[in-house]
Amino acid sequence: MKHTPQAPSVADADSSGFSVELGTDDPLRLDCGVDLSPFTMAYQTYGELNADQSNAVLVCHALSGDQFVASTHPVTGKPGWWHILIGPGRPLDPAHHHIICANVLGGCMGTTGPSSIDPATGETYGVNFPVITIADMVRAQAMLLDHLGIEKLFCVIGGSMGGMQVLQWASMFPDRMDTAVPIAAAARHSAQNIGFHEVGRQAIMTDPDWHEGSYAAKDVSPARGLAVARMAAHITYLSEAALRRKFGRKLQNRSQITYGFEADFQVESYLRHQGMTFVERFDANSYLYLTRAMDYFDMVADHDGVLADAFAGTPVRFCVVSFTSDWLFTTSEVREIVHALNAVAADVSFVEIETDKGHDAFLLEEPELHATLSGFLSAAAEKFGSKTP
Amino acid sequence: MTDDVLPNGHAGSAAPVQYEIRGDLKLIADMIAPGSRVLDVGCGDGALLIHLAKNLDVNGRGIELSQAGVNATVAQGLSVVQGDADTDLADYPTQAFDYVVLSQTLQATRNPKQVVSDLVRIGAKAIVSFPNFGYWQVRWQLLLGGRMPRTGILGEDWFETQNIHLCTILDFIDLCQELGIVIERGISVNQQGRASGISNSGWAANFFGEQAVFLLSRKNN
Repeated sequence: MKHTPQAPSVADADSSGFSVELGTDDPLRLDCGVDLSPFTMAYQTYGELNADQSNAVLVCHALSGDQFVASTHPVTGKPGWWHILIGPGRPLDPAHHHIICANVLGGCMGTTGPSSIDPATGETYGVNFPVITIADMVRAQAMLLDHLGIEKLFCVIGGSMGGMQVLQWASMFPDRMDTAVPIAAAARHSAQNIGFHEVGRQAIMTDPDWHEGSYAAKDVSPARGLAVARMAAHITYLSEAALRRKFGRKLQNRSQITYGFEADFQVESYLRHQGMTFVERFDANSYLYLTRAMDYFDMVADHDGVLADAFAGTPVRFCVVSFTSDWLFTTSEVREIVHALNAVAADVSFVEIETDKGHDAFLLEEPELHATLSGFLSAAAEKFGSKTP
Repeated sequence: MTDDVLPNGHAGSAAPVQYEIRGDLKLIADMIAPGSRVLDVGCGDGALLIHLAKNLDVNGRGIELSQAGVNATVAQGLSVVQGDADTDLADYPTQAFDYVVLSQTLQATRNPKQVVSDLVRIGAKAIVSFPNFGYWQVRWQLLLGGRMPRTGILGEDWFETQNIHLCTILDFIDLCQELGIVIERGISVNQQGRASGISNSGWAANFFGEQAVFLLSRKNN
């Protein structure tokens, strides 16, 4: 995930945000069969909920994201990861929308995850945390909305792993939402993507400081493994064209190669920096759990091979977006969602945006993405009667 | 027999009156009942869908080949997907829409016969408009000039055109018969934009009509 520091972020009175304990009386039954009770959900909100509750927007974050979607990150001090889309005059505007973003289940920014304390043992969960799925994340979000008293969302929106949650939302709770905007996401994780994730997990698990996941008890952290995982993953978020444009074969602060293994090339230095800064804000076990949740995501298998059955009779209005240079979630994979939605005559728009920025394009300044979202959301607001507070 | 003069004729009108949409689209819109569900295949810039949504409270969707066209239309708030009539109509379920519209696109499809059968399968009714290759000017140009005809509606050189399956009104009527499709209404439009009903034989329309609009349905509806 990348940030553009110069852009202003939405003012937020309480930077630490909210958190709530859920599932105390009514546990969260996970796909793996474990009942999670209780668990904490940490979340941020922006803008007021209007009287008829028609302006609530749930933003689902990606693998390395968190609830600080439009406010300064408490650890890095950087603007919210989607400040480009959220703010005055932007597609999501706190003056019009009540925007909710919660740290996903299994995350490490306040929501219960492997770095939380297991109430049963008083110790950090580590790898004793149950394996969670995208559907589990969505169930936890739905419980949060129940707690907040929000019955129906105007929009559920997200990119990448966030887009997977959007699709899961539309499949599980079609009557709780007017619109769904899955961006740069597929209905099932590809073999190639599972492969990349496995490389990342192996980098973490072979770090001697991982200690079979119980590094917290030893007061260490497999930072080197996590950094390598992040470096490998980061390449998949970009594109060859973007790497060439940004770095080419340019050397890092030197005029010639050193015949050694320092970061001679700018691209090496950049990736090392990405890896090092990531470990400051992310938990290695969380990375294992969230990548696993993405690997397990397969809405096609969930519906006996017919993805369309996930959306049969859906009242939800969809806007599906892909990017030409995204090789993590390619347009042809994204189009499978569109085909399935067409097969049930769902109300769907599909836009492929021309860019060389790769998968990361969903986080970056892409005027066509903004135009698409603004047009879609304002037309949907008219159709569904979503009002400004 | 309808005999209404179309507003906004084709290129060459000295002082065109500003109307909401192109004349042939207006003819199509007039065939659509208010409040219905419409799929516009090859919706271009979405002019028909916008007109239908604003004036007839239609729940409209579009398919458009050009991604740039799709992006611009979605930004206007319309539900449009990038797609190809030849390959993507198969995705759509039977009788999902009240009307499926294919305007000025049939002649650019690879398999017009399959496309037309899909239209009447997906929609309770289908509306198809196309340039008539039996139009007298087309015949005249080919007969006397000996070169591929160019008319107002067929304005491109043979090596540039997307039109690979041009047909005449009579050809189209034959295709409908072969596919067991009921022609509920047929309208031809001459160079001046004058619309006339197409008679059973279709001979006059095939000669004087520069383009045609047909309202179709399946026989066993």
